[in-house]
Amino acid sequence: MIDAQMIQTDVSSALSPEELSEIDGELAHVPYKSGAAIDALKIVQAKRGWISDQSLQAIAKYLDMSAEELEGIATFYNLIYRRPVGKKVILFCDSVSCWICGCDGIKQKLTDVLGVDYGETTQDDAYTLIPVPCLGACDRAPVMMVGDDLHTHLDEAKIDALFSDKNKKAGGNS
Amino acid sequence: MPTIYIDGQALEVAQGENILEACLNAGMDLPYFCWHPAMGSIGSCRQCALVQYQNEEDTRGRIVMGCMTPVTEGARFSLNAENATEFRSAVVESLMLNHPHDCPVCGEGGECHLQDMTVMVGHRDRRYTGKKNTHRNQYLGPLIHHEMNRCITCYRCERYYRDYAGGKDLGAQASHDHVYFGRHEEGVLQSEFSGNLVEVCPTGVFTDKPFLKHYSRKWDLQSAPSICSGCAVGCNIAPGERYGKLKRVHNRYNHEVNGYFLCDRGRFGSGYINSDARLDYAGIKKPDGSFMAVHQQQAIDTAASWIKHKKVAGIGSPRASLEANYLLRELVGAANFVAGFSDREAEIMGTIVHSLKHTRASNPSIKQMEAADAILILGEDVTNTAPRVALGLRQSVRNKAFELAEQMGLPPWQDAAIRNLAQDQRSPMIIVSAMDTRLDDVASRCVSLAADDIAVFGYAVAEVLAGGKSEDVAVNEAAEILLRAKHPLILSGSSMSHTGIVNGAVAVAEALEAQNKSAMLSLCVAESNSLGLALLVDSGLKTKPLSISKLAKKSSKLDALIILENDLDRRSNKADIDLLVTGGAKIVSMDILENSTLNNSDLVLPAASYAESQGTLVSSEGRAQRYFPVYRPAAERLPSWQWMLQLADACEHKTLSELEHFDQVVAACAASQPLFATLVDVAPLRDYRSQGQKIPRQTHRYSGRTAMNAGVSVHEPQQPEDTESALAFSMEGLNRDEPASLIPYVWSPGWNSNQSLQKFQAEVDGPLKGGTAGVRIIQSTGLGALQSSEPAEPTLKPHHWLLVPVHQVHGSEEMSANTDEIAELAGRAFIGIGEKVAEKLDVAEGDGVVVTQGKTDISLQVKILSRVAKNCVGFSAGYSETLGLTAGSLVSLVKDQQWVRATSQMIATDKGTGTRGGSAHV
Repeated sequence: MIDAQMIQTDVSSALSPEELSEIDGELAHVPYKSGAAIDALKIVQAKRGWISDQSLQAIAKYLDMSAEELEGIATFYNLIYRRPVGKKVILFCDSVSCWICGCDGIKQKLTDVLGVDYGETTQDDAYTLIPVPCLGACDRAPVMMVGDDLHTHLDEAKIDALFSDKNKKAGGNS
Repeated sequence: MPTIYIDGQALEVAQGENILEACLNAGMDLPYFCWHPAMGSIGSCRQCALVQYQNEEDTRGRIVMGCMTPVTEGARFSLNAENATEFRSAVVESLMLNHPHDCPVCGEGGECHLQDMTVMVGHRDRRYTGKKNTHRNQYLGPLIHHEMNRCITCYRCERYYRDYAGGKDLGAQASHDHVYFGRHEEGVLQSEFSGNLVEVCPTGVFTDKPFLKHYSRKWDLQSAPSICSGCAVGCNIAPGERYGKLKRVHNRYNHEVNGYFLCDRGRFGSGYINSDARLDYAGIKKPDGSFMAVHQQQAIDTAASWIKHKKVAGIGSPRASLEANYLLRELVGAANFVAGFSDREAEIMGTIVHSLKHTRASNPSIKQMEAADAILILGEDVTNTAPRVALGLRQSVRNKAFELAEQMGLPPWQDAAIRNLAQDQRSPMIIVSAMDTRLDDVASRCVSLAADDIAVFGYAVAEVLAGGKSEDVAVNEAAEILLRAKHPLILSGSSMSHTGIVNGAVAVAEALEAQNKSAMLSLCVAESNSLGLALLVDSGLKTKPLSISKLAKKSSKLDALIILENDLDRRSNKADIDLLVTGGAKIVSMDILENSTLNNSDLVLPAASYAESQGTLVSSEGRAQRYFPVYRPAAERLPSWQWMLQLADACEHKTLSELEHFDQVVAACAASQPLFATLVDVAPLRDYRSQGQKIPRQTHRYSGRTAMNAGVSVHEPQQPEDTESALAFSMEGLNRDEPASLIPYVWSPGWNSNQSLQKFQAEVDGPLKGGTAGVRIIQSTGLGALQSSEPAEPTLKPHHWLLVPVHQVHGSEEMSANTDEIAELAGRAFIGIGEKVAEKLDVAEGDGVVVTQGKTDISLQVKILSRVAKNCVGFSAGYSETLGLTAGSLVSLVKDQQWVRATSQMIATDKGTGTRGGSAHV
């Protein structure tokens, strides 16, 4: 589903003063510059949504690392996005507790409503759907996160309510 | 020595080793992937599993990893317990899930560690029927072919490339079942040691790209023990041939010299041997300047008519064997023999020989350098002048890490733990050079100084060591780290074309010795036999040896001049060459590739390359080593030593015409001076037999021996006979337990890959069962080697810069630069300048600058240097474009307004489709 028109343009290959000062803050806590690699990636991702090649190279340079070294870290973690994502990322739990509580049906509902499957972004660039193995809220399964918000005890009605605006548009979108 | 029990068998094992090493030392076949004798253990692949029992009563035991389990007194293990064999088989099966069934088209097939291990564990039937993971491959440059689908994620490539060799641009990416090893984006691998990936990878992810273009299986290659001619380090190599072409070069283990690894110049730089620019026949110059091909005998007769009873001089060569140089010197007489160095280099080589003959410091092997715990480098960019030494120095700086590990009780093979413990703590290394070097990233301090000042720096350190004082922080620090060290190493050499630097380094070593510190002094020299040649001319005469310029001055008195494998354009200036050529002497030249010296000659003789001839080379360590022909020279090429013998015979030379065989030449050379006495011990003589037979160059599976030339002639040719060595051009005989200098390739039953080396080693990572190849011929008098020649201050002119030679692993060496892949990596000749100079000249990287030295103007591409000494600029040394530039001369620079910037060098046909790693199902 990801196509050219959806790829967000990178703000700049250079890091902004704001990003730099936040990274500097992290650098103060680590003995080696490369120790701040994960935090630096998170800082830049928070500002830009994802980590482009240019962003990655800029961070690597700032931390005295090779692009390969930082790439190894960036691609190791599922939640560092090396491809563009929508404005909000939906982390849908498909681990055992949620599965027992019927997440499969809710996932189907979600796909119907949004018109996207795992790894895809809606055409209006609003949401990217990604599976996640456990969000640490098994007692309230099935669960998912939309952006920074945790949604618990999911059922089809809740999906409808959450994405009511989507529901209308989604008709011909699958 | 603890005793351990493996399947009830008691084994005495060495304290501190792990169970995998203990098993391999005992000759047991315990499969493994990620462990490597030079890189230690990380326990990543889970292949070397065996069962450990708590005591005699314990019958269940538990699975442990052999490479991660230290030996302890009385420990009990089983290799053959059912759960152990099942576990190992399951590991291979799991690795095979995603491994393609492409062995028939894989460049690793037949020498694949994964194939060997799969057969060893007995995994035969594939049960998995699902889709396999596939990856996009990357373009990694002209040397390495990438095929990620074959990866078994052992992490050896990353550990070698990054941890061992210090490369930055290859790494592991992603996680779980789509781990990917590659670059951040496509492009040429930047490490000078990338070729070792071919041998480090246990399967076919990284393979030899030039070899794939004319591929043959390992079992179809004919190999011989050989010595790399790419520089003076003397790495042992095993070149392989088929169909009369040199196919590839593999590492040949030498415990003291190159161990398991080569540099890329050594591995990939021999393509010129298959070049069309090679001479096939002798040629006599016709009046119109072209050459008429003649047969060997006619050529010899013609030459003899010019030489016999005439006034003849000879020019030798630092890239030709000791034997060929010796024969030429005997043929023309020592007084008429010019070594063939440039005048400047002859002077430096004289200094180096004098130093090595008398210094109290020791001249270390690479293995010994790896034990150094403090290093001072004066003037050398070791990675580019003696590359394999630089790889050794990268291990030396880790001695700090091993020291920390010892304090923690960690065995040295605990690789991940030790790296984690040490982080970036390293043993001190101070580099004093004119500009950035490729070891700067592991140096504790880099100092940028002009050549004269580097020499002064050396003397200043020596003075502080002797109790003097210095204002210079770096000088004091250098003295301090050397004094504090157990095994201090001082490294310098001839690459700056500056005798004072060598003397400065010698002064430091001698000053340390005077303080009763045992110092190592290593002096890099330029070519494969520079030191051997310098030793040869050092002994011959009471007076100073003849130089090229002196010979040029008396050329009109000469009747003939014989030039041995030497392109004078690289050694002399145009005026002197013109004098030699027009002086009226008949010039007889022999060489491998066409060059202007051959074109200036009256008779040219086609010389065999190192792969087609035998000889002795003396490395910068003073180690004399023998190389043997891999195959017979084609057409009418002959090894230079045979041309020399034929010339001597035709001239009825008194002593030389007695000689017929190579062994006799070696014996004569050995008798010529005491230093050479041990040359006869460098390798067994031609009558040596192993199990009553010669050593086979071909594997016992060598196919199509009588049929492979049927396309040319259906008549079966007789196998060529080797009358000059203990090796045979045949598959008959046994390649086992022979002396180290005669091992043509490694193979052992069940071990088809290069990992079979462990069956040839006396113990894991130890010397070979057949000893260590080569003989160190220089025994120092120990009298001390001080030469007091305080260098003069350079005379600077305003708006002028001092020229510093910048050596490049790809491009600076004469022969390898004629190999396509090396030429591509060498790129254009360049002028290296600092950022400030670039600003002043209004140029950026890739622009052009006109360099003016006296009356010479040369346009060169700009390369921006990260650090550079004041008033210095560097030029790419050894490139044909820069042969007119002289180190240490003053030049002026202006921007070249007509300069056309080069377009990207990437070869379109080589380029893969993908741009970055990532998995995609097909």
